[in-house]
Amino acid sequence: MIDRIVDEIPRFFTWYNTIFFLKAMGVTLALTLIGCGLGSVLGFAVVYGRQTRGRLFTPIRVLIVGYVEIFRRIPFLVLLFIVLFTTEGFGVRVSFFGIALIAICVISTAYISEIIRAGFEAIHRNQWDAAEAMNFGRVATLRYVIMPQAWKVILPPAFAYFVMFIKDTALASQMGVLELTRVAKIFNDRGYSAFLTFGTCLLLYFILSYPLTRFGQRLERRLASSRNR
Amino acid sequence: MDYTFQFGVVAKHLPYLIGGAWVSLLLAFLAFWAGAVIGLLGAMGKTFGGRILYRVIDVYVVFFTNTPALVQIYVIFYGLPDIGIVLSPFNSVLLGLTLNCGAYLTEIQRAGFQSVRREELEAAETLGMSLWQTVRYVIAPHIAKTLYAPLSNFYIWIVLGSSMAGIFAVEELTGRAINVSSSTFRTIEVFTYTAGIYVVLTVVASALLALIGRHAFRVKARIF
Repeated sequence: MIDRIVDEIPRFFTWYNTIFFLKAMGVTLALTLIGCGLGSVLGFAVVYGRQTRGRLFTPIRVLIVGYVEIFRRIPFLVLLFIVLFTTEGFGVRVSFFGIALIAICVISTAYISEIIRAGFEAIHRNQWDAAEAMNFGRVATLRYVIMPQAWKVILPPAFAYFVMFIKDTALASQMGVLELTRVAKIFNDRGYSAFLTFGTCLLLYFILSYPLTRFGQRLERRLASSRNR
Repeated sequence: MDYTFQFGVVAKHLPYLIGGAWVSLLLAFLAFWAGAVIGLLGAMGKTFGGRILYRVIDVYVVFFTNTPALVQIYVIFYGLPDIGIVLSPFNSVLLGLTLNCGAYLTEIQRAGFQSVRREELEAAETLGMSLWQTVRYVIAPHIAKTLYAPLSNFYIWIVLGSSMAGIFAVEELTGRAINVSSSTFRTIEVFTYTAGIYVVLTVVASALLALIGRHAFRVKARIF
């Protein structure tokens, strides 16, 4: 087996194959960055909607709670298929990249909104009451009172979630998005040995994920120490 | 917008899909417990073992937690036959998920070990507790209480993760959904049902876990 791999290496790591792999790595990174970036923004909106008060907004709150609870309990793969077939079934023309992006947004919004909500709940009730007593509006409360304290609680788990999603985007290969796993599968189908193609793929995922994981851990340690002054 | 939903056509296949849910649960159950054993050994090795053992386990954990489970299973499924090991799809997925679980559970259980503080052990010694009593009344309840919530979350995560097996033609919930959708062509309906079954499955699982946790370990776990 070893001789076979050694034999294949010069044919495998040609200039164009390398470019192909690096581009795929870019697609993986773009899926994660754009998907989770949009997910964070929408997650904020979801938490904002969930904190509304009064009977008038009850339907919104029910919808939001339902959305968050349901989409945190559906596997990413199944959601990908649902988005794929729904867009196709209704004749909406979206590229595979776009479909994967929509699925990532839907699922990361649900998860990140829970992370943000946990961060907001970590802020003492008195802070909210004090802001209200000072006649701060809801936006002003979040902007000047809650966020300056809560971001330290929110950032580490949110970052960990982003990094975790780099690995989950591998499932998008099942629809045909040309990201790392898909490219590795293509090379494997061309006849290169599985250890070589998927091994390279694992290594590239590791290169993407490991520095970010380490950075996240350092971030967590630093923010935790600054919070318990 | 000219799609007509036909949920009735798929409803006939519901028993088949629900049968697949059992396979999903079985897969998750086996991977979780096998992973928990690996994780326990790993956590013990990392906490009490020497420096070399620590490095070895650390390499395993870092590698498996930083690469996608899907690609790991690809290596097992397509790579191992090259060196003469042919595993069935179910077994390759099980092996991949187990190794992946083991890595995550090593870290989770190590955090549990570290949560027992030296003072508590010293207090137990001062009270004249034997080693067995210390483990039984001080260490075990503490670890169980700290670890119960992350472990039950992880179990839900692995139930959702087992949907990957469908890609390798294992007949679990997602695999069967793919089968039904290719025989009936009602793809949206099939996957909506599938998603619904996953939601029910995980809600029931977290409710049960929360109940058990509340009675056995006095953990206040939220169901939602």
